[in-house]
Amino acid sequence: MQPRYFATFYLNYKNMKRIIGFKKILGFFSAMPALGWLFGFFSAVIIEYLIGNNIAWLLGLPKIPVLFGFLIMLKKPLLIPGALAYIIIVYLLPLTLTARFFSGKINKLAAKLYKLPPPVYTVFYLIFLYIIIDIWAGMSDYRIVTLKLTFIAIILTLSLNVINGYMGEFSCSHTGFMALGAYFASTVTLILFTNDKLFGEALLPSYLAPFLFPIALIIGGIAAALGSLLVAIPSFRTRGDYLAIISLAFMFIVKSLIENLEVLGGARGMGGQHPLANLPTVFIWTILSIWIINNFVTSIIGKATNAVRDNETAANAMTINTRRTKIVTFMFAAFWAGVAGGLFAHVLCYVNPGTFGIKKLAEIFTMVYFGGLNSIVGSIIGAVAFNLASEALRPLELFKWIIIPVIMILIMIYRPTGLVAFKEFDIKKILAPKGDK
Amino acid sequence: MTPLLKVKNMTHFFGGLRAVYNYNLTLEKNRIQGLIGPNGAGKTTVFNLITGIFKPSKGSVKLDNEEIAGLFPYQIASKGLGRTFQNLLLWRHLTVFDHIKIAHYSQISYGLIGSFFGTKKRREEEAKIKENSYRLMEIFDISDFADMLAVNLPYGAQRRVEMARAMAIKPKALFLDEPTAGMTPEELIRMIQIIKNVQKKFNVAIFLIEHRLKFVMELCETIQTLVFGEVIAEGTPEQIQNNPQVIEAYLGKEDIS
Repeated sequence: MQPRYFATFYLNYKNMKRIIGFKKILGFFSAMPALGWLFGFFSAVIIEYLIGNNIAWLLGLPKIPVLFGFLIMLKKPLLIPGALAYIIIVYLLPLTLTARFFSGKINKLAAKLYKLPPPVYTVFYLIFLYIIIDIWAGMSDYRIVTLKLTFIAIILTLSLNVINGYMGEFSCSHTGFMALGAYFASTVTLILFTNDKLFGEALLPSYLAPFLFPIALIIGGIAAALGSLLVAIPSFRTRGDYLAIISLAFMFIVKSLIENLEVLGGARGMGGQHPLANLPTVFIWTILSIWIINNFVTSIIGKATNAVRDNETAANAMTINTRRTKIVTFMFAAFWAGVAGGLFAHVLCYVNPGTFGIKKLAEIFTMVYFGGLNSIVGSIIGAVAFNLASEALRPLELFKWIIIPVIMILIMIYRPTGLVAFKEFDIKKILAPKGDK
Repeated sequence: MTPLLKVKNMTHFFGGLRAVYNYNLTLEKNRIQGLIGPNGAGKTTVFNLITGIFKPSKGSVKLDNEEIAGLFPYQIASKGLGRTFQNLLLWRHLTVFDHIKIAHYSQISYGLIGSFFGTKKRREEEAKIKENSYRLMEIFDISDFADMLAVNLPYGAQRRVEMARAMAIKPKALFLDEPTAGMTPEELIRMIQIIKNVQKKFNVAIFLIEHRLKFVMELCETIQTLVFGEVIAEGTPEQIQNNPQVIEAYLGKEDIS
């Protein structure tokens, strides 16, 4: 922006629109590639890390606003101007400046990166993204927990979308799969690494725990996948409402089974897990799940699930083995639900069967249907938006459960299939440099 | 020469209703044969029985001397029996290209590992399938619609998508269930051309259900007439056209009194 424009801005407010122009503002943001956003957030996070406390003190805030100021604004309305100013100074300003002045250079850099093979630059972007997330979350424990739960929600949402969106079966057993995963993974780590009343002395020294943790998660996932056969096999003969009831029954069976198994602690739950699911672990598993699920749904075997959803008779006549497709899809989705459950147990270091009830299920459904059916991006957006919203609105307590459903109803009225439904996820398109226009 | 498809004494009951009775069919390679009959005669049931949607109560169905009666529809389809449907069973949320691509399901060999991890084998196979899909769309004149949702196409194009999809499974025999239902005369003529073309290009046997006499006369070498689940006449189009029983079935008996 040139100085001349600043002057006119103050002199004539009405002319502002004509001079700066709404399009121009959007213009320089839309010319920014993904790398630019990362650079913008990176500078924002660095600023917050270095002088965030000072800025907060200057603006009269008690401490750094942990969740973009929402919590502060809702708790103490008097601090709203301060919190807003903080957001503008720390987040919006660096982003805008990067977009305005460095778009060209970053675009060139992005173009250079884009010439590398796709896996290489994707990994580069992910590492960059992780660094930003790590610095951002490192400033408060609250952020770390929120982020971890958000990542786990992404895995859950994606995996439920595979069944409900891609295959179109209305399955309500997802928290059941999650519980299976959580309990199996916890049992493995408790037996191996914890001196527990139930499982006796630790079999292995605890420094091995982080290395064997993936195996525990995979065991949890496999247990969930095997459990899902109980829902997958009835799905050969029935779909729609009836399958929903069967799968709901499965969920309650798992829940009350755990509640009544004294070996697993019954309704009191099971505690004592090592905090093995740290931020990088959860991040890696989330990326892994996005990658594998995206691979699956774009392959012909995955597309076959779409065919089964839209017309089973036609799918059958086009050589698609519908039974195999259903089993594979259920087991695949349940596997990821199990992994998410395992991670969940090791984030909280405690599980109890009450967590995996109908309320959690409703949350997962909300994320899937809010974000959009049949879409990877939609699921990610749904999970992140729902988690952040429910954290940000926490100070409203009961009213939170009025506002979120209202948002849901509005979404269902205006976009019945969700925000970003039926879109394919193309990492190359997202990371591509933006052309000069 | 052994026939491509041989159906012998096929009978099927829906509860107490005799839907198909003692049905016989010999489908030769590279031939176009037709099946006609009044409404409710059981034509589509014959198709469904041969393609495995229903299991015949009695009788045998042999494709290339291999018994296929009682197999699952997808197994029969992957043995080389493609079909289209009377009421257009397209996939609602999928593009035309996806339709053709998915029909290659039985030809992939990369398995689950490939679909989870995107192996080299998968990339190679999918590239080949993509090429083949575009070739098929070219032949059926639907490549302009490749990225559109199939349900948004004009009716005639939807029919062609269904045929292209059926051809993607590399069938030896293609079953067309009323390929011209609801078409305008211009689309009808185009359809005749397409079916002739397909027959020549892919060397496939075609068996079709049709009501319009013009269409059947033009295309088919032999025709069967089905009435109440039984074949009452079989022969060349001319023979069928002049057969008194067929005329009776379609127009009713002349009332002499």
